[in-house]
Amino acid sequence: MATITVTVNGKPHTNDVEPRTLLVHYLREQLNLTGTHIGCDTSQCGACVVHLNGQSVKSCTVLAIQCHGAEVTTIEGLAPQGQMHALQEGFWEKHGLQCGFCTPGMIMAAADLLERNPNPTDDEIRHGLEGNLCRCTGYENIVRAVRYAAEKMAVPAGD
Amino acid sequence: MTATETRERIVGRAIKRREDPKLITGQGNYLDDIKLPGMLHVALVRSPYAHANITSIDVSRALAMPGVVAVFTGADMMDINPMPAAWQAGGVKNNAVTPRALAVGKVTLVGDPVAMVIAEDRYTARDAADAVDVEYEPLDAVVDARKAVEPGAPQLHATAPNNVVFEWECGDQAAADTALASAEVVVKEPIINQRLIPTPMETRGSVARYDAATGEFTVWMTSQAPHVHRLLLTAFVFGIPEHKLRCIAPNVGGGFGQKIFCYNDMAFTMWASRKLGRPVKFVEDRSENYKYSTHGRDHISEAEIAGTRDGKITGLRVKTWANIGGYFSTIAAGIPTTLYGRIINGVYKIPAVHVHVTGVYTNTAMVDAYRGAGRPEASYLIERMVDRFAAEIGMDPAEVRRKNFIQPHEFPYNNQLGLLPFDSGNYEPALNKALETVGYGDFRAKQAEARKQGRYLGLGISTYVEICGVAPSAWIGANGQGWGAGLWESANIRVHLTGKVVVTTGSLPHGQGLETTFAQVVADELGVNYDDVEIQWGDTLGTPFGYGTYGSRSLAVGGVAIKRSADKIKAKARKLAAHMLEANELDIVFENGKASVKGSPDKAKTIGELALAASVAYDLPEGMEPFLDETSYYDPPNCTFPFGTHISVVEVDPETGHVDLLRYIAVDDCGPQINPLIVEGQIHGGIVQGIAQALYEGAVYNDDGQLLSGTLMDYAVPTAAMSPHIETDHTVTPSPVNPLGVKGAGEAGTIGSAQCVMNAVIDALSPFGVKHLQMPATPERVWNAIHGG
Amino acid sequence: MIPSAFSYHAPTSVAEALSLLQQHGDEAKILAGGHSLLPAMKLRLASPGVLIDINQIAELRGVVINGNVNIGALTTWSAIETDGELASVCPALAEAVALIGDIQVRNRGTIGGSLAHADPAADAPAVMLALNAQIRVTGPGGTRTIAADDFFTDMLSTALEPDELITSITLNKLGAGEGSAYSKFAHPASRYAIVGVAAYVKLSGGKVSACRIGVTGAGPKAVRQTAVEQALIGSDGSAEAIAAAAAHAGEEMDILGDIHASEGYRRAMTKVYVKRALTSAVARAR
Repeated sequence: MATITVTVNGKPHTNDVEPRTLLVHYLREQLNLTGTHIGCDTSQCGACVVHLNGQSVKSCTVLAIQCHGAEVTTIEGLAPQGQMHALQEGFWEKHGLQCGFCTPGMIMAAADLLERNPNPTDDEIRHGLEGNLCRCTGYENIVRAVRYAAEKMAVPAGD
Repeated sequence: MTATETRERIVGRAIKRREDPKLITGQGNYLDDIKLPGMLHVALVRSPYAHANITSIDVSRALAMPGVVAVFTGADMMDINPMPAAWQAGGVKNNAVTPRALAVGKVTLVGDPVAMVIAEDRYTARDAADAVDVEYEPLDAVVDARKAVEPGAPQLHATAPNNVVFEWECGDQAAADTALASAEVVVKEPIINQRLIPTPMETRGSVARYDAATGEFTVWMTSQAPHVHRLLLTAFVFGIPEHKLRCIAPNVGGGFGQKIFCYNDMAFTMWASRKLGRPVKFVEDRSENYKYSTHGRDHISEAEIAGTRDGKITGLRVKTWANIGGYFSTIAAGIPTTLYGRIINGVYKIPAVHVHVTGVYTNTAMVDAYRGAGRPEASYLIERMVDRFAAEIGMDPAEVRRKNFIQPHEFPYNNQLGLLPFDSGNYEPALNKALETVGYGDFRAKQAEARKQGRYLGLGISTYVEICGVAPSAWIGANGQGWGAGLWESANIRVHLTGKVVVTTGSLPHGQGLETTFAQVVADELGVNYDDVEIQWGDTLGTPFGYGTYGSRSLAVGGVAIKRSADKIKAKARKLAAHMLEANELDIVFENGKASVKGSPDKAKTIGELALAASVAYDLPEGMEPFLDETSYYDPPNCTFPFGTHISVVEVDPETGHVDLLRYIAVDDCGPQINPLIVEGQIHGGIVQGIAQALYEGAVYNDDGQLLSGTLMDYAVPTAAMSPHIETDHTVTPSPVNPLGVKGAGEAGTIGSAQCVMNAVIDALSPFGVKHLQMPATPERVWNAIHGG
Repeated sequence: MIPSAFSYHAPTSVAEALSLLQQHGDEAKILAGGHSLLPAMKLRLASPGVLIDINQIAELRGVVINGNVNIGALTTWSAIETDGELASVCPALAEAVALIGDIQVRNRGTIGGSLAHADPAADAPAVMLALNAQIRVTGPGGTRTIAADDFFTDMLSTALEPDELITSITLNKLGAGEGSAYSKFAHPASRYAIVGVAAYVKLSGGKVSACRIGVTGAGPKAVRQTAVEQALIGSDGSAEAIAAAAAHAGEEMDILGDIHASEGYRRAMTKVYVKRALTSAVARAR
């Protein structure tokens, strides 16, 4: 066992973990942040995407112990309590989810994509989300949702 | 609002889903999110062999590990019965061999569970599973359905000679033989509908809790049909009263059929929770899901179509070997029989048809319903054969379709294959709309021009019909189609004294947006605010019995049950209003949420006022019981038959064989749409699953029964970049079967799409003399077709 | 989904990492980006007793461009992908990196980790061969440089000794008359290369004066295509010359076949993608 301190959604947490504990298990089992999901065992599906020090990562392929001293943001912390991020709004407005299982990871990946490329083309959105699988939507409405968010985020605050 | 104002109808509006806020903020409650005090975790020991006798199991090393609570094998669980076979092929003998909770004596597929390790946490359980020592005596395996029925093939089950599960047929063999023998043109083609892995993004699992004081179980399950699972687990597996089990489907992360079935983990977590007195959780890894949870399709067929030189189809003869896998899954036999053979004619009038199906055990994962379930296999086969026929006689494939369509005035149409009549249809407008959108008029010229430049474009047409809302019980049930129960659906509506409406339904959503759609229906039926309608589902405690959500039946059956409960509420409210308004009941009209006296709109009572009066019960008409609370059990008189036309345009790179999907156009007709946003979403998702079958996906076993496409690194579920932009449109042909006129939309996209893409690919390859290609049309397969490999 | 237990070390210097490597020998594995190692451990295809996580070693990170290009072994694909100057002086590298896995994989995966793992379908080895990379490694015996040509020895095997660590990769900057490109036939599920081809050409006086081609994915290890290179050198680099040269692709190598692509098809695609990479590299050189 090792003791780690990780700042998750702005709050520091200190916990004992086995070195082999995966970040996703740490978040789900020890911190009860179950919005981050597990959909595969080969780092393909992206259901577990969170932000680690501002970059999107697959939390099934990072050890919790590697996050000692780091900042992690999960879907629960993407927007302040009671508010929605433009992407969350976009997924709701554009019916960008059905069963919702892939959605937290998809939104976290899309947030990183928009950080890199605030005004992506549809093609860039499709390629930027290659690390996330959705089996319900056929992606058409996910593309619309991300475009909605990009447009919304491009409007200066206060408008 | 005055009584003369018209309340705006909410049915038909593309409102956003009420399900979403919690799902997009990480507040969903999926199976693996459930944590109970004292809960234990299961890791399974699974067979590495596809076919073997188990000679010994030594659990001592595992049991000795710290944190391990128990290790059980199949021998420990002989006090419960094997899993049930709920839908056997109708009218014929079935050799149904279902799995036990854990394998006993023998395994018949890779991943067959032989022992369960139960530990305080999942890491410990996983470690201990590696410490269970199992010795096997490997046996020869067979994975191909046609090889499995050959003499000398390895035999899986003593009670299924030659690995045959059933032999089933429909249609008129003599007529089909005659039609084929006397036809001007006959085209014969082997048609393979490859095995697919459903891949809901959430894998499957169960959490079971036993209360020793009451003898009651509670099981949370990744389920499309919790009431059915309760029935099967209690009446058939455990032999306990139904009320001793409560089944709960929490948020379910996609199903696509895979979560319809009664799986052994439901049984072994129940059994172990009773044995140990603690809650027990099992959740599959993805690789376990791929090996052991059900797969779909896997048909090998020989198809022959007959017709005249001027394009009239005169006969169809099909022989199919349907792979059932290592055991019989819950409804495995119904899929390649009733839901396949009986709709094989598609949208066409074919005078003579015969279908023969052999269900076959092989050393592979069990095969059962996967999105579309039988209908995609049927529509793929007929739509490929119609294109083959068109090419053979040199006629435009759109023209051949038009010539053979069942005509609008011919509905209800009896296809003579043992279905109840097709309810309604008007196939040509959907075809015309799609052709117009794609610009069919000048496509052939563009295609010819492109070919001169060495570019290979292709256009594929698919005109499909399918079967939704399968019913009535008297037809589908045991003496007809072999289904082991009924297929009605239920709903209860209560109007509380505050005027809030609570609906409980036996249907349940796992992505379909039923909470939203149902609330729209109820709001309009009762004339109440949409936000005042609450839909409750998924828990056998608190919802009336229902058969669950699959087969695109939730709206056409479950939604109609809700409508009928609303009708009953209104009937009672009308009586009460007459009493309160001192009018004759026959003079009360119910409009816009108000009951008023005909001709005197000012004299009105809202549903809220009536609910309050009914609830406090101070002044009710003679003999009326208090409260507005009504339940319906709706058994439709027939299935519904949605249809549509899909068209795709592809370009093939002749140098590599890559297929680029340039356009995808879908014109679907599911009757009136309650929520067009949700319908479009269902169509999109369905289409990409069909495209995936055409271009990317296929489960591959080697001859030893090892699943080579056993992870998401090998099995190509499409990403956003692999999926096309989809252009949707619709026509509206109401169903006369139910009062909402609705047909169903959950599977149409998948049923219409695979052949649409394949027809386009094969059209693109026609300059190379290619007449047919098996799915998936991978670059290598296409390249081989071009280069004669 | 759950790896076997291991003991974990996170050295903060190369010296400390090397001493841990020596101490634990065969039992130990280096953890860099972890995107090959951790998935293998989750499926229990690998169960090392000791993990030496080198992510704390700051000196191994970063890109320096002056006379040539020096890339620290721990530099992530994302850092390489988003380095505009690097893309302009090593176009083939930028092109290949953008096609590795997905954004999340590139945010963790490192160049040194990929080269040390030497997956036969990884993209980077082909680029290293084409760009004549010099791979700098450090071990108990000191530091040495291994040319990419000598580095990839077999499937998942390299010239790296078990007690050595890759510290950096050096590439030449491309100048006038030089071009490079990467063409990839990606597996639709894993997005590894079924065939990946990196090509470098130099044009002098309208003739191809130098050419290096690396192929990954097709065989058990990434390899050069010397027959193609020789056929192209001295030619005018025209479409015809490229096609003629590319016909030799795959001649001197073992080609693999599996459920994703048979041996014959991979061989054919090797020729096609060599042609495509060369066409694009020559266009950039002009």
